[in-house]
Amino acid sequence: MKKLIGLAIAIFFAVSIFAQTDSKALFKLPAVDIQNINGAPFSTKDIKNGGKPVIITFWATWCKPCIKEHDAINELYSDWVKETGVKMYSVSIDNARSSKQVLPLVNGKGWDFEVLLDPNGDFKRAMNVNVPPHTFILNGNGDIVWQHVGYLDGDEAQYIQIVKKVLKGEAIK
Amino acid sequence: MVIFGLLLKAPVLFSQDFLSEGKVTGNTQIDAQYYSEDDKLGITDSTLNYKKFGMNGFANLIYTNGNFSAGARFEGFLNPMLGFDTRFEGIGVPYWFTKYKTGTLEMTAGHFYEQFGSGLILRSWEEWTLGYDNNIYGFNAHFSPYKGVMLKGLVGVQRYFWEPYENSNRGIVRGLDGNFFLNEMFGSMTDSKTKIELGGSFVSKYEKVPEITYTKDSSYIEVTELGDTINWTNHKVYRLDLPYNVGSWAARANIARGGFNFYVEYAEKGNDPNATNSYIYKKGQAIYTTLSYSQKGLGIFLASKWIDNMSYKSKFSESGNPPMLDINYLPAISKEHQYSLATLYPYATQPNGEFGLQGQVIYTIPKNTALGGKYGTTLSVNYSLAKSIEKDTIISSITGTQAGTDGYETSFFSIGNLTFFQDINILLEKKINSSFKFKAAFYSQEYNQHVIEDEIFDDKHIVKAKIGVLDLTYKLDAKNSLRMELQGLWTEEDDGNWAAAMLEYNISPKWFFGVQDEFNYGNPNDDKQVHYYNFTFGFNQESNRISLRYGRQRDGLLCVGGVCRYVPASTGLTLTITSSF
Repeated sequence: MKKLIGLAIAIFFAVSIFAQTDSKALFKLPAVDIQNINGAPFSTKDIKNGGKPVIITFWATWCKPCIKEHDAINELYSDWVKETGVKMYSVSIDNARSSKQVLPLVNGKGWDFEVLLDPNGDFKRAMNVNVPPHTFILNGNGDIVWQHVGYLDGDEAQYIQIVKKVLKGEAIK
Repeated sequence: MVIFGLLLKAPVLFSQDFLSEGKVTGNTQIDAQYYSEDDKLGITDSTLNYKKFGMNGFANLIYTNGNFSAGARFEGFLNPMLGFDTRFEGIGVPYWFTKYKTGTLEMTAGHFYEQFGSGLILRSWEEWTLGYDNNIYGFNAHFSPYKGVMLKGLVGVQRYFWEPYENSNRGIVRGLDGNFFLNEMFGSMTDSKTKIELGGSFVSKYEKVPEITYTKDSSYIEVTELGDTINWTNHKVYRLDLPYNVGSWAARANIARGGFNFYVEYAEKGNDPNATNSYIYKKGQAIYTTLSYSQKGLGIFLASKWIDNMSYKSKFSESGNPPMLDINYLPAISKEHQYSLATLYPYATQPNGEFGLQGQVIYTIPKNTALGGKYGTTLSVNYSLAKSIEKDTIISSITGTQAGTDGYETSFFSIGNLTFFQDINILLEKKINSSFKFKAAFYSQEYNQHVIEDEIFDDKHIVKAKIGVLDLTYKLDAKNSLRMELQGLWTEEDDGNWAAAMLEYNISPKWFFGVQDEFNYGNPNDDKQVHYYNFTFGFNQESNRISLRYGRQRDGLLCVGGVCRYVPASTGLTLTITSSF
């Protein structure tokens, strides 16, 4: 039975991979029920920016490079919004131990972007995130067009460059 | 069989339309380690059991098409890396699912992860770096009958290494949860500034329990009328009346208004004699509450928790490490730190009874002020404390232990005298100019080694440690940066003092080089004054990341989310590949 299931899954994926059409988009944003920063229900299908690009980044309060990434982006964020109209959603994967610390941390740090809570990693799994930080860029249709793992000082320059390309409809690679 | 049929037929029957719309995404991670012998750490081929090479890897695939999705995770541990239980050795598909959503009903068949409230009575989750996975295999339904209302129901069995569920070799978990967001449910509350969310859950475990008996002989002498003496032995057999079903319930509330956010969850568990609580019949109780106030530039957070006898597993005889078959999750209340020496003495929840408290203030001194400087300065102060709860122990005259009794008496929210853990820390973050920024941190920790590592409840071995950290980042230009970390840990106890230094050179967005040394210079045993050096090289390319590390890994607890795994010391080469698509 186990083997049969395994085989069925293998066939299933093999067939579906070959059947895929070529598209610039990597994949569509999955709809997952998570929480807003206050702990109220939030569906990721509501991640929208009126046809403008969106940045989604996964982070946690205990993740050193994530905090650096957020601090760096926060300094530039108002300029980014003015220039490109981009909106950033920052998804905390802190679990019950620290998810309630996210709201005071975000405010205490004065971060301006929208923060969401994913305390049991449901959205993280749906987005195939291994470890934070993991950053995605979505085009105006809500398709994921670019993703990046890790954070090194200066990476934020690349994010905004990609956003500008998306706005102009240029090829990313 | 139905699912199997569905899976097999789906791609064939629904033909092009179904497939052309669908997308396959996935991710993979491989950690491979080559171990070398190391005289200094006492590592030889035989201590390694001749397992010179360890590899943990997984590949995850998700197929999504509109409201339908299916996925599977393939895992291999060949052999499991050092620090992972040898029972993980193997290769296969321990996780797969199919999910469909029609209207407001979402059904999952297969394996799934779920959390009710903050997880006090039910949480299934996975953390790859810990080797932790308590996924539930069965059915899960989410249904929203009315806006603002979310009902969840599930039935299943949990993962136990690679062992399939058969012949009642572990319990069955059933759960119900309801979440009610009042502001969405009632039109009159839509515009209210006060946001109220209420929830409740019920979880039960069924398990086929064996007989556990105790015998007790008492003898007495009888002298008959004729003057003969008779030696009588009274032989009694007592049987533990183990419950087949163990239930638990929880209620919670989340209230937000203005800058305030308040959360409380209370949980109770029925009698559940098990290996963790030494087979006592007392009910379990837990309360977890948080309160925060924040506005731009200021965040204040307070949390407290009190738990008693809350270990809840789907097999009553399961205990120890690695933690398996956990139905619930008890969050540790201390802060998870970012720097390595600050995590040398990490706290882990004591499920048999603990009181915890935490407070944190984060304040950003505004830009363009005397103290804030040109870029602002952030200051964080955090305090956490974990203590025992009061217990008046009851010893059974039959078993000679607590087994078979209520174990002890305690009153709700009582605080005992024994300190398990205490941590006070302060972190300063400051950017000096466009190219230079630093972070400085100081920690003062008290760690009850007997309680946390050996489950001996006394204060005979408390490690008091002071830790200092300096983290400097210097940007050479837009892409090149240097980062240096200097850390010191000072303690009279355990392994004594440590010093650590690290230098990183980053070329955004692709390259990464690092050199690191942790030196246990204060170890009372001269032979153990070891340099734990590491050389790291990394390469990022979009969502691919490849890193290579050579060096020594110190032994210790690796913790994520309050669950810890012991990692033994090792020397060698580690290759990590992670990728998402």
